[in-house]
Amino acid sequence: MQQLKQAAESNVNTPRITSPKALEDYRASLASKYGHDVPTVIICCGTGCRPSNAVEVAELLEKGLAEADFQGKIVPHVKATGCHGFCSRGPIVELEPQGIFYQKVKPKDVPEIIEKTIKGGELIKHLQYKDASKKVFTHTNEIPFYAKQSRLVLKNIGKINPFDIDDAIATGTYGALAKALSSMTPGQIIEEVKTSFIKGRGGAGFPTGIKWESCASQIGNRYIICNADEGDPGAFMDRSLLEGDPHRILEGMAIAAKAIGSNRGYIYVRLEYPLAIQTLTQAIQQAEAMGLLGDNIMGTGFNFKVSLSMGAGAFVCGESSALMSSLEGKVGRPRPKYIRSVEKGFRDSPSNLNNVETYANIPDIILKGGEWYKSIGTKESTGTKVFSLTGNVHNIGLVEVPMGVPLREIIFDIGGGVPKKRAFKAVQTGGPSGGCIPAQHLDIPVSFESLDQVGSIMGSGGMIVMDENICMVEVARYFTHFLVEESCGQCTPCREGLIRMEEILERITHGEGREEDPDTLEEIGKFVTNFSLCGLGTSAANPVLSTIRHFREEYETHIRHKKCPAGVCKPLYSLKIDEEKCVGCGICKKRCPVNAITGDKKKPHVLEIEKCIKCMECHKNCDFAAVIVL
Amino acid sequence: MAGIESKCTEPEIDYNVLNSIIVDRYNQNRENLIMMMQAIQKQYRYLPITALRYLSDKVQVPLIKIFEIATFYASFSLKPKGKNIINICTGTACHLKGTGKMVEHITSKVGIKSGETTPDMLLTMDNVNCVGACAVAPVIVFNEKYYPEADLSVINTLLDQAKSE
Repeated sequence: MQQLKQAAESNVNTPRITSPKALEDYRASLASKYGHDVPTVIICCGTGCRPSNAVEVAELLEKGLAEADFQGKIVPHVKATGCHGFCSRGPIVELEPQGIFYQKVKPKDVPEIIEKTIKGGELIKHLQYKDASKKVFTHTNEIPFYAKQSRLVLKNIGKINPFDIDDAIATGTYGALAKALSSMTPGQIIEEVKTSFIKGRGGAGFPTGIKWESCASQIGNRYIICNADEGDPGAFMDRSLLEGDPHRILEGMAIAAKAIGSNRGYIYVRLEYPLAIQTLTQAIQQAEAMGLLGDNIMGTGFNFKVSLSMGAGAFVCGESSALMSSLEGKVGRPRPKYIRSVEKGFRDSPSNLNNVETYANIPDIILKGGEWYKSIGTKESTGTKVFSLTGNVHNIGLVEVPMGVPLREIIFDIGGGVPKKRAFKAVQTGGPSGGCIPAQHLDIPVSFESLDQVGSIMGSGGMIVMDENICMVEVARYFTHFLVEESCGQCTPCREGLIRMEEILERITHGEGREEDPDTLEEIGKFVTNFSLCGLGTSAANPVLSTIRHFREEYETHIRHKKCPAGVCKPLYSLKIDEEKCVGCGICKKRCPVNAITGDKKKPHVLEIEKCIKCMECHKNCDFAAVIVL
Repeated sequence: MAGIESKCTEPEIDYNVLNSIIVDRYNQNRENLIMMMQAIQKQYRYLPITALRYLSDKVQVPLIKIFEIATFYASFSLKPKGKNIINICTGTACHLKGTGKMVEHITSKVGIKSGETTPDMLLTMDNVNCVGACAVAPVIVFNEKYYPEADLSVINTLLDQAKSE
């Protein structure tokens, strides 16, 4: 943390930018400190790496470099950045300008990195990335996980210190705002965004330019709101953007404010993202101190103040009208959509609400033009999309690809496929409002339209890979349970429908399913979809409907044969050790918490059904797939 | 009996602290009600009724509206929380990697369900729907420290730690 604080202090003396030209001059003056060829040791200190002692590694690196004798050579400086996106390999250390990539760095590796690599130019084998075929990769840009991505929105993340505004400015941030303020009219900005045809990244996919235009045409105080209430479990794109490149989002919001004619903005952040709250708070302070936000921005006479507001743990507050109600200090219940929030939103005034990723796309659209943006992606879904790839996949992390890339490429080429030689079963997109997509649809291109066609949605970009050991009925039960807890309760179809669906799913997973259950679930599901009030209610049945649609036989096995083939629903399976496959390594015996497994070393072991509590420790840890589900 | 009860009684409310939150920090602006309540909860580890009454008076919002907020949002608690708080992430990635079993394990070991506190006020179990650290799932947060790729043995250690304090 020490160095993060230092970065903050060094900004006390930064100048106030009084004109767009002054910003360019200031940027040029930063090149010697932040240029690409300046020797730098980068360490990821995002939420994914922090639990694995990343901050300690950063501190040790800084201390070690300060103490080491470089004999007159330039001492590289240490930079703690936001999330690199390759979270399953963290903590990640990168050495610039060479671009050397080290993974899973522990505090004890620090002296070796300083002595061997930084001073001696020698690579350390055990810290290098190896793929499944044991091929070693030295440089970041060669690793397939990074090489196959097109990072536009994420381009600064993992490169800049999010607590240091100078670092952001050196990469060009606030340049688009300078352009918008000095040489574009509000109408021209909106036209550029409309030309780009970017659709809202929060999930619904409404064209951003059209939203801006209708908000700008309203009379009265207008508000710019950023939805950073990333409530979908399994999604962390917005968290990484907020933690890694907060100034890009502030810049996007300021451009929107100029276009729409607003001087007041709010960012609504989840309470569960403490680090994002820290980075944003500091980013706003720094930008205001430099005259890049606040009054008279860059001397152009334009005012725009941004405040931060915290949620208190409610999934439904990700819905735009609920979020605005929560911003007003009330409970977050959605409103009917015939009153559009661009007309009457926050404080009953015209309000433009966009997702974090949408705002993060705006600066590039302004700098490079809407036509450039439209050339990326597909005709209907332009630009890139950031996905958070998690679940049963080798390379867990953030993936940014152009729209239209097949799911298979994301999961298998970038994600490296399913680990432990297990079979791919489904990919869940769109969080609790989305659905499960089975293997036969893996070649569909990812876009708002195509995911809709297979019964799922794009959503905010969560992508959870499931292998053969995941039970789809249980997944449907999980999401339905989640939604029962999170339903705001004001409209009957969502409140009651979900409870009834959960009861049926509970019954099926306990082996008490009835023949008519899938049909009943579909009937209730369609009712919930058609008659709920808000966007979350109308999509709440998607997890159930999509699993029935694509995995009906799994429901039937549960109901008719009282079996859970994936080995998840406890009353519906038992375990056995396959004598032919068991080599008697003894791992299962050691792992079993109730001593249900017996056997001598190097001889097939035996599992006593009566004692077994089905904790699956033996199954999970067997390297020979000898523990089988019956 | 007296021992347990005395630990559960309402803490003494320091009105200067409440004023510094409601008046100085948030300007008695009712739009900041949620953040004021978060600050009060941070101070007392829950929302004591006396503090809410005072808040209601200060911001001129009926107490019933404050209770509505306190019961709507998951992070608020009207009951005192334990000295240690264990948060099990039940987001999708963590759920698939078995946090459901961890919750069951804690329930069977110390007898509290999600949202409950042990009678000795040493441990509260709260579940959170995704902390955004899916890459290191399953994640447990114990007293705000993250434990990546946790398993039952990590939980056992933490439970022992909670008990010993």
